[in-house]
Amino acid sequence: MLDTNAFDLRSYISRNPQSIAVWIALAALITFGLLRYDNFGGAYNISSFLNYNSMFIIISVGMSFVIMTGGIDLSVGSVAAFTSVVAAYMSPYGIEIALPIAVLAGMLFGGLNAFFIIALRIPPFIATLATMLGAKGGALVISGADTIAVDWGSNFTKMGMEKVFNILPWSIVVVGIIVVGLWFLLEKTSLGRTVLAIGGSEDASTLMGLKVNRTKAFVYLLSGGCAGLAGVILASGFGAGQPLEGIGWELSAIAAVVVGGTLLTGGLGSVPATVAGALLLGLVFNILNFENGLGTISISAYWQMVIRGGFLFAVILFQARVMSRNKRKGRVA
Amino acid sequence: MSAIQKAFNGVVALDGASLEIEKGEVHALIGQNGAGKSTLIKILTGVYRSDDGAVEFDGAESLISSPREAQAAGIATIYQELNLVPLRSVTENIVMGYEPKKLGVFIDWDEAHNRAREILKRFGIDIDVTARLGSFSTAIQQLVAIARAVSLDAKLVIMDEPTSSLDVSEVKVLFGVVRSLRDAGVSVLYVSHFLDELFEICDRVTTMRDGRTVDCRKMDGVTKLGLISGMLGRDSSEIAEAGMTEFSGGAAKHGEVLLHADNIATGPRLTKLDMTVHRGEIVGLGGLLGSGRTEAARALFGIDPLASGTVSLKGLDARLETPAAAIKAGIAFLTEDRKAEGIIPDMTVRENLTLALLPKLTRNGQIDRAREREIVQGFIEALGIKTAGMEQPIRELSGGNQQKVLLARWLAVEPELLILDEPTRGVDVGAKREIQAIIRDFVSKGFGVVLISSEFEELVEGADRIVVLNEGRSITELKNPGITEDILVHALAHTDGEAA
Repeated sequence: MLDTNAFDLRSYISRNPQSIAVWIALAALITFGLLRYDNFGGAYNISSFLNYNSMFIIISVGMSFVIMTGGIDLSVGSVAAFTSVVAAYMSPYGIEIALPIAVLAGMLFGGLNAFFIIALRIPPFIATLATMLGAKGGALVISGADTIAVDWGSNFTKMGMEKVFNILPWSIVVVGIIVVGLWFLLEKTSLGRTVLAIGGSEDASTLMGLKVNRTKAFVYLLSGGCAGLAGVILASGFGAGQPLEGIGWELSAIAAVVVGGTLLTGGLGSVPATVAGALLLGLVFNILNFENGLGTISISAYWQMVIRGGFLFAVILFQARVMSRNKRKGRVA
Repeated sequence: MSAIQKAFNGVVALDGASLEIEKGEVHALIGQNGAGKSTLIKILTGVYRSDDGAVEFDGAESLISSPREAQAAGIATIYQELNLVPLRSVTENIVMGYEPKKLGVFIDWDEAHNRAREILKRFGIDIDVTARLGSFSTAIQQLVAIARAVSLDAKLVIMDEPTSSLDVSEVKVLFGVVRSLRDAGVSVLYVSHFLDELFEICDRVTTMRDGRTVDCRKMDGVTKLGLISGMLGRDSSEIAEAGMTEFSGGAAKHGEVLLHADNIATGPRLTKLDMTVHRGEIVGLGGLLGSGRTEAARALFGIDPLASGTVSLKGLDARLETPAAAIKAGIAFLTEDRKAEGIIPDMTVRENLTLALLPKLTRNGQIDRAREREIVQGFIEALGIKTAGMEQPIRELSGGNQQKVLLARWLAVEPELLILDEPTRGVDVGAKREIQAIIRDFVSKGFGVVLISSEFEELVEGADRIVVLNEGRSITELKNPGITEDILVHALAHTDGEAA
């Protein structure tokens, strides 16, 4: 039976009040951009914006699953750098070979994280920090600390450079399909609900006989796989494996997840809102670039980061306000 | 302390509590959970302020308004959860904040170590004081906490459940230390659920009930039965009489054996449990706090591994090594700690209710939402769960309704044996009746229930049979109809070799 209620907007908002802020901020920023800049809504800007940000969207969504269980994955940036090199080496065999192998490589690191965290009971922060350093070193080792050019003769660069039916970049289409799949998984399957239950209370979940360990292994494998895919898009879009890229990506991903209203302690989260969070962070840069383009002011890349930080803070503050008002309402009801 | 009053947000916690401790005596403070012991201690140690009444210490009206002032005045508290620093050395833990100094700045470690060694030697303990505190057992750590108190010239040492995590030989050492404190003129306020200990170590005992101190007596001439009846507010002569009457018990007819636990043990808190649950039967586990009630439930649900003994289900040997295995075998467990181990606060009523059922609700990896709603709606109606709707977050529900949702969570998986640990704690009277009716209805379908409750009334009225536990052992069994609270209390007080 088709379930229409789950994707009903009002029911979505009532279940995810914490994500209202990110949608409002996103709408405001888009409106601002459309009104102020001529080419903001143009096909070129939209497509290059989505192409570039597809990497961050997929990493953030992978991260959101980990955070929803109450964990954290600091390794995603280095893993993406590592898998971009793997993908570059595999590029002569075409995207259909390079992509799965790079994703598998990412999942290997995810599996390592899962092993540390579940079997050895190492806290996620430490375990994934170790993997982050390991993957970073590994990327430098297999690449000889240099960018690895991809094979331009194969179809590998299609992923990051060409568009489906000349409309949307391949990267965002692939990421979009996966994200919708993961959204479905979170909202509609018992696996998704177990993810949230573990974040809500791991003790209660164990006592209910839920498959706690298996589910935790899943989220780290997923996060690793998502980082692997981001590595493929990176190599494909820039035409080279980038062992030195990915620094700070994990923090951007965590920021996107938090802006999207997922609780850092776990138990509450939303896939679309995480995507919105990633888009919001990207849009701030996009708009600042346009602002520089107008020629009225000139903001350096460093100042752009400062502005992004301030903006992030404002959204989180807004989110906290919405939440506390929502709670008060709940108490009266 | 006299006529102490204390209320929190209008709820009276203490209503005329008085306590008098003499110099150099070991004074026991007993009472059931919620009787007001902790509140009284917290007022004494400056954590709370009393609304009314007076505290006198060392002959003078005392105005202790913070734990620091209490410490300065000579009152030291040894909490159940030790407030020491396990990563620092034994010496540091003893002298911290009061380190002996050289030239007024540098810590004189030789002197500090000597001081620590000397104090511990007085207790008969010889350990490496430079080693990290955390490397020693809980018992030693507790003694170090006491040593710290002594080094600060404590005149009154408060011990809150000091023996709850110690084994028998460690308890002996602790008692030795307590006696040496007494001999040195230090007073000890000793709070414990283990009544047998009190006879061994205490001089006088104050009993609390419902926020009042009801009784203060010398330990000589007090019986265990007398203590229990004081705690519960019952007439000890009636209880004694109840124990005299020949109690044959009813002959309620029940079905075949569902579960049989044969001599199971999991550790020092559960050393020997024998019990049987038949189909259609509610078996109560009766005992005071610390008697092993919750440990029994944890053992049956596969949370704590069995050290010895066997459990059989429907006549077959059952290996219940994890909660998941127990659930698969048809056992469900409603935990005592609803907030931490029961509800998932941010999830909705619907999601909370179906969590344990998910495997059965999932088809092709997808949750069958229509069936889920149908089941949830069914339970909301059948159990009379008061909610704004199944999409309301469970944290917004009242305690009683949260508990009903958790009950429904387990009823939904259709278990054959339901273990209920304090199912009606923190639940209003109306909801309590309803929950009891739900339990009765459940067993009438041929299933079994193990009921744990610290409320004797609930056990006596609700259970078909009561297995009585004392200090981790099942000591006797009572059968309904005919059990009264007096009979149950008598059974509790009647331990090996002691005729109450």
